[in-house]
Amino acid sequence: MTGTGATPFDEMHGDTPDGMRGLYGKVKLWLEQTPPETLAARRAQAELFFRRIGITFAVYGEADAAERLIPFDIIPRIISRSEWGLLERGLKQRVQTLNAFLTDIYSGQECLKAGVVPHDLIFSNPQYRLEMAGLAVPHGVFVHISGVDIVRTGEREFHVLEDNARTPSGVSYMLENREVMMRLAPELFASHHVAPVETYTDALLATLRSVAPRGADGEPTIVLLTPGRYNSAFYEHSFLADKLGIELVEGSDLFVRDDRVYMRTTDGPQRVDVIYRRLDDDFIDPLVFNPGSMLGVAGLMSAYAAGNVTLANAVGTGISDDKAVYSYMPDLVRFYTGDEPILQNVETWRCREAPSLSYVLDHLPDLVVKEVGGSGGYGMLIGPTASRAEIEAFRAKLIHAPDQFIAQPTLALSTCPTFVAQGVAPRHVDLRPFVLTGADQVRITPGGLSRVALREGSLVVNSSQGGGTKDTWVLDD
Amino acid sequence: MRIRIHHTTQYSYDRPITSAVQVLRLTPRPNDAQHIARWRVETDIDGRLKAGEDSLGNLIHTLYIDGPVQRLRLMVSGEVETADTGGVLVGAVERFAPHVFLRDTPLTLPDESLRDYARQVAGATTDRLQLLHDLLGAVHRDMTFCTDATEAGSSAADAFAQRRGVCQDLAHIFIAAARFLGVPARYVSGHLVRDDGAIEQEAAHAWAEAHVEGLGWVGFDPANGDCPSERHVRVAAALDYLGAAPVRGSRFGGGREEMEVFLSVAAEHNWRNQ
Repeated sequence: MTGTGATPFDEMHGDTPDGMRGLYGKVKLWLEQTPPETLAARRAQAELFFRRIGITFAVYGEADAAERLIPFDIIPRIISRSEWGLLERGLKQRVQTLNAFLTDIYSGQECLKAGVVPHDLIFSNPQYRLEMAGLAVPHGVFVHISGVDIVRTGEREFHVLEDNARTPSGVSYMLENREVMMRLAPELFASHHVAPVETYTDALLATLRSVAPRGADGEPTIVLLTPGRYNSAFYEHSFLADKLGIELVEGSDLFVRDDRVYMRTTDGPQRVDVIYRRLDDDFIDPLVFNPGSMLGVAGLMSAYAAGNVTLANAVGTGISDDKAVYSYMPDLVRFYTGDEPILQNVETWRCREAPSLSYVLDHLPDLVVKEVGGSGGYGMLIGPTASRAEIEAFRAKLIHAPDQFIAQPTLALSTCPTFVAQGVAPRHVDLRPFVLTGADQVRITPGGLSRVALREGSLVVNSSQGGGTKDTWVLDD
Repeated sequence: MRIRIHHTTQYSYDRPITSAVQVLRLTPRPNDAQHIARWRVETDIDGRLKAGEDSLGNLIHTLYIDGPVQRLRLMVSGEVETADTGGVLVGAVERFAPHVFLRDTPLTLPDESLRDYARQVAGATTDRLQLLHDLLGAVHRDMTFCTDATEAGSSAADAFAQRRGVCQDLAHIFIAAARFLGVPARYVSGHLVRDDGAIEQEAAHAWAEAHVEGLGWVGFDPANGDCPSERHVRVAAALDYLGAAPVRGSRFGGGREEMEVFLSVAAEHNWRNQ
């Protein structure tokens, strides 16, 4: 995806190439005083560090399926305290709405009765889990952990691109990037008041503790359930379990007896209260979902329905990740909170609606078309860079199953200075802050994961598509 | 009609199992066409049966077994008084609006050839009830009942490609075609009094229900080519076989498993033969 022609907002220079935002003053000076060879040497050190700790990911669909390192850019991305305040308020509102929406569609369905969202969009969607209807999730929280993708288009303009309410990943990069950055450029931390991110693990633990079932006595036992070492995010699963001081388990380490979940230990079975699960709904219980799943726990849904265990996130949150459902989020914010949305959506055409479909078909070369159930940058059409043949192939898909697609304009994502082969140059970025919702409060670690499109002009930041990451600083103004 | 059912499922294992969990959908709920006079679900081992219901309103038991167990029997027995409602379901528990049952599942997703078939059967018919009766007749006529062509995991498309299958497959084909034609449809598991007088049966029965405005849910039994009558006992309904399966289980240990089903379904005049 390439830019739309208009000059994007640059987070160091502002709206004009020769402008300068005060926030970046000391970093600019640092860049001017550090020779390119030194920057290159530090980047090499960073890579060595990441390789040593083994933080890699697998790319699905690649022939060699080799584990790759996500490139790390050593120039930090900076967000001011007041910008962060705006984001924080907006994220809280957004996540409260997500939880209200999920509670509603699995119980009273007021938003359907009021006509805010059409029935068939929910009921015909496989991500709407019938098994969750009427099931009282502990403390009423569905989305405990979300990784909301934010894109910036101007000084105070932030848009939500995706809510990621299933099993968002990337938080290990947020934490590791900071650790590496502090080793490589301690002088920058000496001259800036950077809000810490290492508080994330304590916040996550507090969140998970707060949502333990009411029957759990004393200190709840929390485990992290992973699909196993072949999962692309396995590194993150083991990293987080280690940081949280909880057991990393696979389905075969757990069992259900009399509607209660136990973990096998050398001291005998130990009751489990909260499962931070990084396993998709489909695989979580072979007696209820995919019967061929070897990754889940038989009977887990019975224990869940009995209120004896908390699953974080709850089963059935994927419905809010559907991109057609996403398009209703501003209306849902108004419906559940009574307030105007603080963070905007990206304009979205729902191809299931005839007028939108006809507009989209007429403007394919200008639009990004996505599958409603897709994620990770897979299976989408990026009109401006697609060949005529690709566009025509996509047109056929759209006409065949319009309700499977939405379309969005290509946004002029903000850019940040990035160290690339040609030296320091602006590259497009997005931001994934991690929002934690407990029974007691919403916790948001200042910052998040910034992803950067390393190719000049590219707007695709997905790590599966060659994007890199940056350390993200929230600074007092 | 007064119907007595004895249904035993027996599992034997090479080696003792150390533990097992099963979700059972073996208990019918009353509706206007069936009064449950008595019903029992039991096991012959020291397990715990917890009664409940699933989100669709089907009565379930979760069975927890601690080993070692080398043989396990699930025994269901009961008596049901049925009435003929012309296939129309009245007085059943409904947790979801009918259009929920338009969604496809892996077992009911039609392929191109099944979609073509549905289009051909539908032709220009606009009356929904007529359309469903045409579909019922067509599936009954075009499919050959055969127990060794398919297995429990076969999809509607698999069975349709062979034009052979058991009542489960015929129900899936009917459901896949109905949904493709825009009619909400669902899978029903249950029991049937055979009209040839045979009491011992090899397996439980299955049919479909489709939603018709004005009438509500109407049963269609493509294996028999008619609508359910007083000879049918309705046990569970779901999107497909998996959702209504009599037993879904998981076990630790045990090695190879052998399962045997003993089923007798008898109307009152045949009780002395049961």
